[in-house]
Amino acid sequence: MSLDKATVRSIATLARIDVPDEDLEPLAGELSAILDWIEQLGEVDTEGVPPMTSVAEMTLPRRADEVTDGNCPDKVLANAPESQDGFFLVPKVVE
Amino acid sequence: MASLTTLTLAEAREGLAKGDFTAKELVEAHLRAVEAGRDLNAFVTETPDVAIDAAAVADERIRTGRAGPLEGLPIAVKDLFCTEGVRTTAASRILHNFVPPYESTVTAKLKQAGAVMLGKANLDEFAMGSSNETSHFGGAVNPWRRKGEPKAKLVPGGSSGGSAAAVAARLALAATGTDTGGSIRQPASFCGIVGMKPTYGRCSRWGIVAFASSLDQAGPMTRSVRDAAIMLGAMCGHDPKDSTSAPMAVPDFEAALTGDIRGLRVGIPREYRRDDVPEEIARLWDQGVAWLRDAGAEPVEISLPHTKYALPAYYIIAPAEASSNLARYDGVRYGLRVEGDSLDAMYRNTRAAGFGREVKRRILIGTYALSAGYYDAYYAKAQKVRSLIARDFRDAFGHVDVILTPTAPSAAFPLGEKVDDPVTMYLNDVFTVPTSLAGLPGISVPAGLDGQGLPLGLQLIGRPFDEETVLRAAEVMETAAGFTAAPAGVEG
Repeated sequence: MSLDKATVRSIATLARIDVPDEDLEPLAGELSAILDWIEQLGEVDTEGVPPMTSVAEMTLPRRADEVTDGNCPDKVLANAPESQDGFFLVPKVVE
Repeated sequence: MASLTTLTLAEAREGLAKGDFTAKELVEAHLRAVEAGRDLNAFVTETPDVAIDAAAVADERIRTGRAGPLEGLPIAVKDLFCTEGVRTTAASRILHNFVPPYESTVTAKLKQAGAVMLGKANLDEFAMGSSNETSHFGGAVNPWRRKGEPKAKLVPGGSSGGSAAAVAARLALAATGTDTGGSIRQPASFCGIVGMKPTYGRCSRWGIVAFASSLDQAGPMTRSVRDAAIMLGAMCGHDPKDSTSAPMAVPDFEAALTGDIRGLRVGIPREYRRDDVPEEIARLWDQGVAWLRDAGAEPVEISLPHTKYALPAYYIIAPAEASSNLARYDGVRYGLRVEGDSLDAMYRNTRAAGFGREVKRRILIGTYALSAGYYDAYYAKAQKVRSLIARDFRDAFGHVDVILTPTAPSAAFPLGEKVDDPVTMYLNDVFTVPTSLAGLPGISVPAGLDGQGLPLGLQLIGRPFDEETVLRAAEVMETAAGFTAAPAGVEG
């Protein structure tokens, strides 16, 4: 599977990672080499095989719907690059 | 008395109990070693003040008969475990300034058991790598050198490379690691120490920076199998805060070390005989079989037919989960922010500047594998292959009790040798990834030296939640191997 520059650009957009134009070509090469190597999975007959979605054969436990944590806005915001009045601050999104 | 830094956890525990030395003396000896060993770049952050304070508390608890199972024992903590008030970076620029307001369950348990943290150990960025070279803080260095090449630096393996280097160089008595595809076992093999990945679900993942959530598992890195048993006991146990944490009682792992493996059936998977693996690793594997046979075990040839497909399946599943887990690094709530002229541009700039090359590669592969139109071809296919790999092991464990394989396909290699070739780098984990995909416990035990004088490990794999049998067999193999070599400059 060979990826072209346009595909890499659209994957990078989906992943929200800025990739400069001059890096698209080498990146396409690297990612294509990895995908080529992964292609060998096609040799495996997986007809009727269920996908493995959980390592342990256990049902996920449920907990009571209770508030068990919170009331610590200062801790929550302590690592924020920018915050104000108890809120995270982001660039303006609505004009 | 041996130097305080060359003791095992078990010996140090005994020395403290008998009053041969204090926790303060033990910790200070290690802090001096950490300082003298800075050229290994084993630590991202040293925490001497935390350690000194904890040592004082430990001495008081020992004096008043309240010592925990690891009381006063100095350890390194992989910088992937969140530690309250101590910077936790995942060796990434994007978390370079992150100070967690909470403590991971595993490190909280270790603290409660009395362990003393010396610092946060170096690793590959977000645990993605097999050589520690993807760390934003520079690679950790293996204390071992090839014979006659004292200047040529080798990688410690990865991703838990700083942990392995610190334990091998006697900077810490033990360390925590995490293992997603081999990140405890491969560096343990490269550095001549013991490293155990327990069964998925044995240790809580709460507070560990997530890489691939269906694979990540914490475990001990130590200088003996007994130490691994002691430390694992303090790390694991059910945690309601991790829904995949197993609600099972923690056995007395140390009590499992009976030295008796008579009648144990040891599986030898024929698919692990690879042409590209050096002859001396194959010979060491044969030697391992002989050691276990001589101790009364019964070797049985087995087949794990889908072994070949484990690595490519892993390199879909792990990046897919990583691309999802790492979506949280957006410059809003913590870590790096690089401004842009819109919210979206801020995200893109932050992530471009914050992630290193390998992490970006994996996020992009994962994003592609999960994207509309490709999901079935890649992700669903890999999940099905994963089922077959797990089934291989289940079938094998119908007629064997443990499986013996090499840990890694090579000894430690020079810095820079493989860093530009992702697929070659990925092959480092060829023997460890299948176990990870199946969620099984695995341990690497140092078994010998190669022709260049570098350590090589052998891996024992067990049934789910049967760490006891794995540890028992590992200790017998450790005794038979009699591995006493240590890196130059370190007394054994």
